[in-house]
Amino acid sequence: MLGLGQRFPPFHTAFEPAALHRSYTTTESMAPKDRKPHVCRNPDLIRGVGKYSRSKMYHKRGLWAIKAKNGGAFPKHEKKAAAAAPAEKPPKFYPADDVKKPLVNKRKARPTKLRASITPGTVLIILAGRFKGKRVVFLKQLSSGLLLVTGPFKVNGVPLRRVNQSYVIATSTKVDVSGVSVEKFDDKYFGKKVEKKKKKGEGEFFEAEKEEKNTLPHDKKDDQKTVDAALIASIEAVPDLKSYLGARFSLKSGMKPHELVF
Amino acid sequence: MPFKRYVEVGRVALVNYGKDYGKLVVIVDVIDQNRALVDAPDMVRGQINFKRLTLTDIKIDIKRVPNKKTLIAALEAGDVKNKWENSSWGRKLIVQKKRASLNDFDRFKIMLAKIKKAGVVRQELAKLKKEAA
Repeated sequence: MLGLGQRFPPFHTAFEPAALHRSYTTTESMAPKDRKPHVCRNPDLIRGVGKYSRSKMYHKRGLWAIKAKNGGAFPKHEKKAAAAAPAEKPPKFYPADDVKKPLVNKRKARPTKLRASITPGTVLIILAGRFKGKRVVFLKQLSSGLLLVTGPFKVNGVPLRRVNQSYVIATSTKVDVSGVSVEKFDDKYFGKKVEKKKKKGEGEFFEAEKEEKNTLPHDKKDDQKTVDAALIASIEAVPDLKSYLGARFSLKSGMKPHELVF
Repeated sequence: MPFKRYVEVGRVALVNYGKDYGKLVVIVDVIDQNRALVDAPDMVRGQINFKRLTLTDIKIDIKRVPNKKTLIAALEAGDVKNKWENSSWGRKLIVQKKRASLNDFDRFKIMLAKIKKAGVVRQELAKLKKEAA
């Protein structure tokens, strides 16, 4: 034992593992959140190689102490009686060849990750479509991932519109949008109106209906006006910002996009 | 025709290639035909090839390989920062840096200012032409 010339730490005193102190019936701290974050007992020397061997780890985990406390064997609890599974009927039909099960897909659909440079109030440059080159104010990201954007309409003719993040350059200029409420706008607001099925009418009747539908409904115009009212006030507070938003962006001679700071 | 800027202990140089590109450094020792020991207040003293340096007109008074404290004191005494920023070379670099860091909005404002200035100049020119005619 101790006379072997090997120094071995005395049995219980100097090397008391945490296992002995931690009570398994969790009387004092019932909520697991109270515990300090646990430090790793076996730090990595390099990936895949721990500092301590299997026997050392057995000793460190204190399994010997738990066994000793329990009289020589590791404490067991009774297995819960498994609930009797309902008797399954054998299937009526076995397919001739093995049918492959499709792989499990746990991906969740979520809106496109918004670039860190795009925050509410950022001035964006639209790069494609009928408004290409227009500088526009960003309002919010909709649940489909598209960006809700407005000119404002009075400044540059861009209405409340959806725009894809990929077709946009974010500048570092920010406009104050605290006075604007954008809660009511979502993808459904911008969706195409579903037409009720009309009975077959005569030729003239049909044309009259079509012409009515081309104008914007009044409530959308009012929405535009309310959003823009607060925005235009904060835009006019900054000198030159209104003319900046009214002007289109274009690449001139000597401008190198990869060297430009937007 | 003769050389005016010499490699010597105390010569201030501009790094023109490498990790410390654009920094002003002081030559504190010459290692061999190609390399110098170089130091600056915000970097660890190290060797650099002469080909990576461009010598400036500024020279400070130090002994060979001073310690950092002495070097910083000598830079203050020689007023290197102000001399550099007032020299035409230093001013050009500052303007280049400013232009490179301009925002899209800044570029727009500069365009408006340029147009305004050109308008004023053209008006004055028209006045002068009228008087001369």
